[in-house]
Amino acid sequence: MKPAGFTYHRPATVDDAVAVLAEVGPAGKVLAGGQSLVPLLNMRLAAPEHLVDVNRLSDLAYVRADGDGVTVGALARHADVERDEAAYAVLPLLRDTLRHVAHPTIRNRGTTVGSIAHADPAGELTAVLALLAGTVTLRSAAGERTVTAADFFTGPMSTCAGAAELVTSVTFPVPEGRTGTVWTEVARRHGDYAVCGTGVVVTLDDDLRVAGARAAYVSVGPEPVVLDLTEAVAGEMHDAADWPAAGRLAAGRLDPDDDIHATAAYRTRLAEVLTTRALREAAGRAAGATTAARREASGGDQ
Amino acid sequence: MTTKAFGEPIARLEDPRLLTGQGRFLDDIGHRALAAAFVRSPHAHARIAAIDVTDAVGVDGLVAIYTHDDLDGRAGEPLPLLIPHEALTHGRTGYALAKDEVNHVGEPIVMVVATDRYVAEDVCARIRVEYEFLPPVVGIEAARAAELLVHDDVPGNVSAHMVQENGDVDAALAAAPHVLELDLDIERSASTPLEGKGVHARWDADDASLRVYTSTQASTSVRAALAARLELPLDRVEVIAPDVGGGFGVKIVHPWPEEVMVPWAAIRLGREVKWTEDRREHFVGATHERGQLQHVKVGFDDDGRLLGLDVTVWHDNGAYTPYGIIVPIVTTTQLLGPYKPGAYRAEFFSLYTNTVTVTPYRGAGRPQGCFAMERTMDAIAAYLGLDRTVVRERNFIRPDEMPYDHGLIFQDGRPLIYDSGDYPATLDKLKKLIGWEEFEAFRAEARAAGRRVGIGIACYVEGTGVGPYEGGWVKVETDGTVVAATGLTTQGQGHRTVFAQVVAEELGVPVDRVTVTTGDTRRFGYAVGTFASRAAVMSGNALASAARKVRQKALRVAGEALEADPRDLEIVDGVVRVIGSPSGAPGGSIPLATVAVLANPLRYAFDREAERATQFGGPVDISKPPVAEGDSPGLEDTGFYSPPRSTFANGMHAAIVETDPDTAEISILRYCVVHDCGTLINPRIVEGQIHGGVAQGVGGALYERMVYDDAGQLLNASFMDFLMPYATEVPVIETDHLETPSPLNPLGIKGAGEAGVIPGSAVLASAISDAEGFAITRMPISPSDLYSLRLERQPR
Repeated sequence: MKPAGFTYHRPATVDDAVAVLAEVGPAGKVLAGGQSLVPLLNMRLAAPEHLVDVNRLSDLAYVRADGDGVTVGALARHADVERDEAAYAVLPLLRDTLRHVAHPTIRNRGTTVGSIAHADPAGELTAVLALLAGTVTLRSAAGERTVTAADFFTGPMSTCAGAAELVTSVTFPVPEGRTGTVWTEVARRHGDYAVCGTGVVVTLDDDLRVAGARAAYVSVGPEPVVLDLTEAVAGEMHDAADWPAAGRLAAGRLDPDDDIHATAAYRTRLAEVLTTRALREAAGRAAGATTAARREASGGDQ
Repeated sequence: MTTKAFGEPIARLEDPRLLTGQGRFLDDIGHRALAAAFVRSPHAHARIAAIDVTDAVGVDGLVAIYTHDDLDGRAGEPLPLLIPHEALTHGRTGYALAKDEVNHVGEPIVMVVATDRYVAEDVCARIRVEYEFLPPVVGIEAARAAELLVHDDVPGNVSAHMVQENGDVDAALAAAPHVLELDLDIERSASTPLEGKGVHARWDADDASLRVYTSTQASTSVRAALAARLELPLDRVEVIAPDVGGGFGVKIVHPWPEEVMVPWAAIRLGREVKWTEDRREHFVGATHERGQLQHVKVGFDDDGRLLGLDVTVWHDNGAYTPYGIIVPIVTTTQLLGPYKPGAYRAEFFSLYTNTVTVTPYRGAGRPQGCFAMERTMDAIAAYLGLDRTVVRERNFIRPDEMPYDHGLIFQDGRPLIYDSGDYPATLDKLKKLIGWEEFEAFRAEARAAGRRVGIGIACYVEGTGVGPYEGGWVKVETDGTVVAATGLTTQGQGHRTVFAQVVAEELGVPVDRVTVTTGDTRRFGYAVGTFASRAAVMSGNALASAARKVRQKALRVAGEALEADPRDLEIVDGVVRVIGSPSGAPGGSIPLATVAVLANPLRYAFDREAERATQFGGPVDISKPPVAEGDSPGLEDTGFYSPPRSTFANGMHAAIVETDPDTAEISILRYCVVHDCGTLINPRIVEGQIHGGVAQGVGGALYERMVYDDAGQLLNASFMDFLMPYATEVPVIETDHLETPSPLNPLGIKGAGEAGVIPGSAVLASAISDAEGFAITRMPISPSDLYSLRLERQPR
């Protein structure tokens, strides 16, 4: 379990980094937190000739939150995002989800952007980015471009990023309207990759009726799956909606595989149960958030 | 610290060192050594047609490449079959490097030695082995069907077939009012210590001597095996187990292929060589355990009393049988637990498969036996509509029936006779601890809230402290400190603490004045090893014997100095004094340090302490020789303990589980243990042993399995996919103790090392069955498995 030989690069600026990537081309691999890449190297499942360590690019070590969303730089660790109060205030789903990502020691080292660039279909953050229809920003020597999550993820462990491109940031937009979000999953052990996990957004109208219900899933397909489940519950009151119908709708649309930890039938069952539970909880949060916001708006100077 | 040491829950003396990173494990040794790596078979069953090293020989840093053809003399012979048995008619072992056939994925074929491990692995990747594929035998059913063979010359894939019978089982079953049959299934797991194997060897050509460090449970036996295999005089070989990061059974196997090859290469190259096993190698290159299919036929009366028990076990022994058939023997004898079985017949078939070899893993066949018996007890209770504890109690061996002879032969080749134990009292304690009688109220409450809960129980008896012997050596130094050594090894159990407690108690010195060395053949050459919950029983009693002899000598020497009768003397806090007198009284006391000085008459005064022992250092009786006839200099002695047979500890576990009606997730709400390992040396360490065992039991019940595909590939050979429980998966463990001393040894102790793991699968299967309303017969069980079982019963 020792990696094959490679040439190690440690650029000091983003410009230098993309210059190195351009030079080494497909023979290069970016190293950030290393929580996925280093095991692959040690097991010789990956043997890039060049390793471009971006840990000196401190310009990319940021989390920026405003009313529109949260932008995470390539060197922000999961723990930075998890603990960022401003990010939590506008988008609590990030912290709620990150608590399910591995263990604190791994979150202290692993980067949120790195896990998205790795595009593991079992990665929670890839699903959240897809759920929120977020964007990914890439830099190369030729310039910068921003793509949607849907365009970015092209298959299991594969993205549209070119060999000469560095993912510099991702943006998680705040969903519009009165919304509640939830992440829930079942894992074999605390912190393991989920057997099935789902993140949901429920949107309520002014009368607290369901206007939208979307869910994203991990570990049930080759890439993040996002389902619009609104049709099962549209117009129903937030506390009386037929959430199990939405769960059944989701289960019917997913086509997971068997693996050594669970059968496809079990994963489908989990998707149904977790979808039902998460949507019900998210609707409650949306209603509660609305109530809390109204109370704050009307009772500011009591 | 007071003199009173034995029985006290003192903190482990080794922990400050281990917890501050000062441990010295195998890979901490020999930083300048050459590194070894091995080319291992990627195929489960194949003939080796050719090995091509053309692309490898030019690599910078390569030192040597070895294959079986290079192994001269005895090094090239098959590895030893460590525990022969007359029933093991077709025992087979592998080679240090595979000769012409490989029988499991992971078997070593080529050894590479290079300047570092990176280069060694680069070289391995460039060596091409050409294989002729043979169809693999994977799984017990395929082995039993025997349409394909693992070894051409082993018909039916059967390495051993053994039957033990006590009474006329067929007649008992024919006459029994009720008969039930059960088919049971336990999957593979493994010891999985966090530190894998590792070997470092240094050959001193000037001294013609070999020093080997190895992460082992049996350094004396590794030494003997290496001396034989490398054709060296025994006194030119020393083997040391450094700090060892867990063993749990796997490291009792020896000599491993790597344990032969690393010293062999070190001698041949005249250089230090080291090999440290990586995690992936450990999964496929060490050993596994547990896999069995079982068939139980039981006859019983209207009260649930056993009349006849007929058990057949198909045991998966993997590719080879280096450790004999200990595991299935233990399963079929220890299965009986605390019960009187009526007429009993145990039959097993030990079967070859093209998978990693099976050798004992903590519990060593007992968890499977306990599973068979306890599932049977639950089945009888369900059939008769009786409380599960009532059925068990009715079948218990009573305290007044001890010693109880089962009429069978145990794994040590000696009669299976229980020495002591109070099973009804143990059960009473457990029922109180878990609240057995109050559970139905809790279940009703939970059910009203839409929750599904269940309670389970499992009982076991564990043969511990198997022979043949262990020894101990104790010496009082002239500064009053005490050094002690025993030959068996330590892998984290806390031996340095408990053995210090034993010695301190006998010698009357503070426990922190005693330093204990284990597993170093330079310090103590006669030993068997650490396995079968034997260290405390064996080395504890041996060290007590040695310390007692030292005490007698100290009293004799002190008596001469104090002009007192030794029978009037005692040792308190390291000072010999007249019984009851204060330690400072002039002429009435003498420090043990001074006694040690006086016990070794000297000619040369190399320091002030020594001066007192020289011929002109003080008053001497010139009518006698300085060292009396039959005596020896120094305040030291050696003791041995050899038991007539094993001593039998026991315990009972109960658990309350909750199963999610929707997701089939399984949560352990409570886990209670009542345990009796005789007299406790250190209750805190026993508690720790139980906690560690329960953690492994929970792992075996709910998480761990070795997933082989039909081609014999292990699909989960990593800690990502082989699910050892984290702290987050291990329940809070509530414990209570009984202390029923063993009459077989002076200290009255029984082993505790394996206890916690034994009933894990049995108790959790019992509780899950209770929650779900149907019998669980296959373990481990995952939420996905439980969901599938529900579907089978309630088609949607």
